[in-house]
Amino acid sequence: MAGFSIDRFVDLYAHRTSGMSASEVRALFAVASRPEVVSLAGGMPFVQALPTDDVLDVVREVLDEHGSAALQYGGGQGDPGLREQLARLMAAEGIEGDPDDIVITTGAQQALDLIGKIFIDPGDLIAVEAPAYVGALTAFGAYEPRYLQVEIDGDGMLVDQLEQALVRGERPKFVYTCPNFGNPSGVTLSYDRRQHLVSLCRETGIPIIEDNPYGLLLFEGEPLPSLRTLDPDNVIYLGTVSKVFSPGVRVGWALAEQSVVQRLVLAKEAADLCGSSFTMLVTERYFADEERWRSNLASLVETYRSRCHAMLEAIDEHFPDGAMWTRPAGGFYVWVTLPEWFDTRAMLAAAVERRVAYVPGTAFYPDGRGGNQMRLAFCYPSEDRIREGISRLGGLLEDEQDLYRSLHP
Amino acid sequence: MNVAVLAGGRTPERDVSLRSGHRVQAALQELGHTAEAIDPGETSLAEALQERAPDLCYLAMHGKEGEDGTVQRLLDLLDLVYTGTSAFDCEVAFDKLLAKEALSRAGVPTPAWAPIEDAALRDLGAGAALGRAVDRVGLPCIVKPSRSGSALGVSTVARESDLPAAVMAALSFSGGVVVESAIAGAEIAIGVVGTPGEVLPAVEIVPKGGTYDYAARYTAGATEYFAPARLSENAAAACTDAAAAAWEALRLRDVTRVDMIVDAAGNPWVLEVNVSPGMTETSLLPMGASAAGMGLPQLCDVVMQSALSRRAR
Repeated sequence: MAGFSIDRFVDLYAHRTSGMSASEVRALFAVASRPEVVSLAGGMPFVQALPTDDVLDVVREVLDEHGSAALQYGGGQGDPGLREQLARLMAAEGIEGDPDDIVITTGAQQALDLIGKIFIDPGDLIAVEAPAYVGALTAFGAYEPRYLQVEIDGDGMLVDQLEQALVRGERPKFVYTCPNFGNPSGVTLSYDRRQHLVSLCRETGIPIIEDNPYGLLLFEGEPLPSLRTLDPDNVIYLGTVSKVFSPGVRVGWALAEQSVVQRLVLAKEAADLCGSSFTMLVTERYFADEERWRSNLASLVETYRSRCHAMLEAIDEHFPDGAMWTRPAGGFYVWVTLPEWFDTRAMLAAAVERRVAYVPGTAFYPDGRGGNQMRLAFCYPSEDRIREGISRLGGLLEDEQDLYRSLHP
Repeated sequence: MNVAVLAGGRTPERDVSLRSGHRVQAALQELGHTAEAIDPGETSLAEALQERAPDLCYLAMHGKEGEDGTVQRLLDLLDLVYTGTSAFDCEVAFDKLLAKEALSRAGVPTPAWAPIEDAALRDLGAGAALGRAVDRVGLPCIVKPSRSGSALGVSTVARESDLPAAVMAALSFSGGVVVESAIAGAEIAIGVVGTPGEVLPAVEIVPKGGTYDYAARYTAGATEYFAPARLSENAAAACTDAAAAAWEALRLRDVTRVDMIVDAAGNPWVLEVNVSPGMTETSLLPMGASAAGMGLPQLCDVVMQSALSRRAR
């Protein structure tokens, strides 16, 4: 028998699939999803907090009132009524947007993919904050860009670093950032840096992709103006109802100027013709009752606030010297940086053995750095489980330090 | 015949094991048996087995628990017949530190190695002797967890200064680590099945990325295979002898896969054995069997009859 491959089409696949492979981290997560493991890994919204009766009412109303329309195809740009509702939802964060400038997508994740599709040719340079949301990196990655990674600190993206790159003559197609308690960093881009970023990008004609899934989940301090508010013409804004209602309805959107909207709609139609009429109508109806969504959101934000505090307190108590972490003012995540020599990817196996899981930092960089970092999510487990998980993790970090010392006598 | 297929469990190889289990179950059903899958990760295995009282347990669990003697001891306690090696011999075969010692004592060629144990590092100051490991095996070397599968936690070390980090990574998966000479050559896997053990044709593994790591194993198309392997007649015979010798030395039964490297001179070096080898569509044992004209049902039948032959005694 001659040589053979398990996959007889292997020589036919597009080059863009070369980065898609099986990973041992994924294999470990298969174990981490077991109930005895405290998972601080996944960023799953705490949807249990949503009153089932509210959802049932909404679904019943949709079927009663819209009947067959809810089960039919819709337009590529998304249900007009929902676009009006989303414009009002953005207004709650001080963002102005015309419903005509909104494209509804299958979660904001699809908007990321469509942006990659309309902006990136293979080899194009794009600027991303580092670390950046892993889903944005995989969405953009399929279009084979090169990356300009702009580091962050406690005040978000180091805009000076971006400026230096631009002075050197680098010209990214766009700049991607998640400015409010970002995923994975949990940090918020400061007001001064927001100003600096929008003026820099405006001067150089580089659009900003502002990804804002968590903005309404603010539990500390005052909200800052969005980048879109600071410069409506040069910012493509992405929103989602996943964190304020349900990720299961898969409703996200992009707000952009008309020329971009038109291309996004065409790209969206090419991808899936249209979003789900049913879940768009359900979402529209849910947000039609402002008192309802605001009161549900307020209790959700309270839950996240106390979970975040539980996590930060436990980290203060259990993590060893030399560890650093962010203190988010909202959202889902705490980002931890350990001494250089830590290898959080390999350590995940030992963590799962001790019944706690996190996401290794390398996932959030296109070039594999972040080996000494990890993302911890406080959104899903109860406060007690969070304390228990952090205590297990703290014990592991201590043991790893002992082991490290024993290997470097 | 009423067969329980044990697959799944709680190891990182859970998903692979479930895939193996489904294929084995289908093959056994094709042979006309009643085959039911049991996932010890989902249900209490002891209860499920006492309820069903199967005539035979077909083991398709991979990694710790499935291959280290744990499940075998339970099945012994329940007086059930199971496929594969006995509990004690599994424990030896699964632990690379023990297995390499046993192979070496029996004169089976295995690359030079040095052991490093977590407890010795923490309590006995073994870190001060790390340089000795490099002296013994040379560079580059391979660092592996002693008790883990699917190349999890394995790394290649080219510089001595990288050894501590590689040891730490491997210790995340297991309390012991094997530092082993890296032998350049062709990667080969050879199945041995039945009673007495029949050595199957060798399968040659050519990972496109150069390293047969986790991604190369489980991403379809990431690795090319040659079955039978492209070996000279002498080298092929030497590999067959080495596989048979490893089978004898480690007292293996029913089914196993012996992984080895064949160096430029055609000499085989046994790296490790797997007492519950993968049975998925990307697995090596079924490929080797297929090169011998043996389909999956026939392969499963040989393994099963081999296990059942013990029942009479």
